[in-house]
Amino acid sequence: MNGEPPIVEIRNLSKSYRRGSQIVPVLNEITFDIGEVEFLALMGPSGSGKTTLLNLIAGIDRVDRGTIKVEGIDITSLSEVELAQWRATHVGFIFQFYNLIPVLTAFENVELPLHLTGLSRSERMDHVEMALRLVNLSHRMDHYPKELSGGEQQRVAIARAMITDPTILVADEPTGDLDKLSAEEILDLMERLNSELKKTIIMVTHDPRAAKRAKVLRHLDKGVLNNVLSQNPL
Amino acid sequence: MFFLKILFRNAFRNKLRTCLTILGMTIAILAFGLLRTFINAWYAGVEASSATRLVTRNAVSIVFPLPISYKDKISQIDGVKLVSHGTWFAGVYIDEKNFFPNFAIEPKTYLELYPEFVLPPDQKEAFLKDRKGFVAGRKLISRFGWKIGDIVTLKGLIFFGNWDFVLRGIYRGKDETTDETQFFFHWDYLNEGLKKRGHTWADQVGFYMIGVTQPEVATKVSLAIDDQFKNSLAETLTETEKAFQQGFIAMSGAIFTAIQIVSFVVIIIIMAVVANTMSMTTRERIGEYAILKTLGFRGVHIAGLIFGESLVITMMGCLLGILLLFPAAKIFRAELGNYFPVFNVERETLFFNLVASSVVAFVAAILPTRRAIQIRIADGLRRIG
Repeated sequence: MNGEPPIVEIRNLSKSYRRGSQIVPVLNEITFDIGEVEFLALMGPSGSGKTTLLNLIAGIDRVDRGTIKVEGIDITSLSEVELAQWRATHVGFIFQFYNLIPVLTAFENVELPLHLTGLSRSERMDHVEMALRLVNLSHRMDHYPKELSGGEQQRVAIARAMITDPTILVADEPTGDLDKLSAEEILDLMERLNSELKKTIIMVTHDPRAAKRAKVLRHLDKGVLNNVLSQNPL
Repeated sequence: MFFLKILFRNAFRNKLRTCLTILGMTIAILAFGLLRTFINAWYAGVEASSATRLVTRNAVSIVFPLPISYKDKISQIDGVKLVSHGTWFAGVYIDEKNFFPNFAIEPKTYLELYPEFVLPPDQKEAFLKDRKGFVAGRKLISRFGWKIGDIVTLKGLIFFGNWDFVLRGIYRGKDETTDETQFFFHWDYLNEGLKKRGHTWADQVGFYMIGVTQPEVATKVSLAIDDQFKNSLAETLTETEKAFQQGFIAMSGAIFTAIQIVSFVVIIIIMAVVANTMSMTTRERIGEYAILKTLGFRGVHIAGLIFGESLVITMMGCLLGILLLFPAAKIFRAELGNYFPVFNVERETLFFNLVASSVVAFVAAILPTRRAIQIRIADGLRRIG
């Protein structure tokens, strides 16, 4: 982390779910930091708590115990409304199934988060055009998601994630629904975002090829983070 | 603008379901509007009644007469400006199915008291001069194709025999609430005939219409009139014209209540249909709402989308229903004009249609919105894929 303060600080994080009358622990006393401009891959078997951890860091789920600080803000103490505002400005999301809104064009999907900002229409257009150029999809901006390939949809999703210039990008199995070629394109793009645009990326993946692109690799197993926190050995 | 675009695109994602819901809404609004118009048509006489007119009838029942001698006595009561009288004739033109209201009146005072019946001056003069003359509304004239000077014979059901009349005038209503299907002729002509036949209704009238100087004295004048004839052979009951009309309507009170209930049941049924559509819609899009929440949109935005979509669907149905209401009312008017001379779609009905549609949209969206807002983002995202 080059001696710089971490961008994400996680301390004693625990989370469990209620399944009927049973309480199922998912994460148990997790503590670790994520440095600025880090490209972190979280791996682990199904049910190990990777996505839950990602959701907690991204502020879309609540912790049972512990704290998460992002850029010094303790997001576990924020109200729902504050958390929504925080997500809008600090987190960019990339999902396995792209999660674009089907009735909106590529342009409108990318523009969507900007409706929560005070930007004018022309400013929004400039931002969206720039983001679509970044993912090399300017020529497809008027197409609806169903008219785009999986790889193109994911690139639109990345443009949407980047449009508000967030502090962190979280990606949940970003290549999980893509063919090999499209997956490579997406990973190339994410690498560029990390190296050229200095974006901190936290990625959950099962795919060793995707994990290989990350700078740091962490393993989760049964809700416990492995102590081996070395640079990516892959 | 952006949200409006999403609302419309969302509304038509499942075109068949949305079109069927809009069709249901259209039919419901059409039915609701027609039923309200029907009720208004029934109340048209009440609405058209004047606050400065009273009606005096026999205290026992409207079917019993009052002596003509009461007219002068009523005229002398303080607050009375003008007195006229009318008698239900119950004449039949050729066949009973050709029903229309026909009255024997005192022409001069009657036309003065009812300025809503507008007659050209020359026709009015001709009518006043001719004891066998009659005037009729233009709708009645066009129904039977009568022309000025035509002789029309009515067969009396109460006052037996054939009675000939000469058409001297065609009146039109001052506004669209005025009944243009009535037939008025000289009471003198009727009375003369009754006297010749020694009929018990000779020198008797059905009811008096009394114009008062101002609405505030109506109650005082009513009491004074009834006091005047207390303990006489024909005691009177005087009430405002509105109350008199309402008395007739009250006889059909149960039918009215049933119609009112049916009109609201129609709205409740369509409310359930729209609620079902919105429930299905929301269930299908729960993942998308989770995505919006993930991006920072809040409950109020999600609620706006669901309520907005519900409003788009119901309002499209409502507007179509309102558009169809006018031709439908025209057809009803043509078919039932003999019984409901005033069958107009009123502004109030349109307003009720809009309010009912808004209520349907609002109520139908409550539960789906609650569900969409309350679902955890992580649970919503799990529904995708």
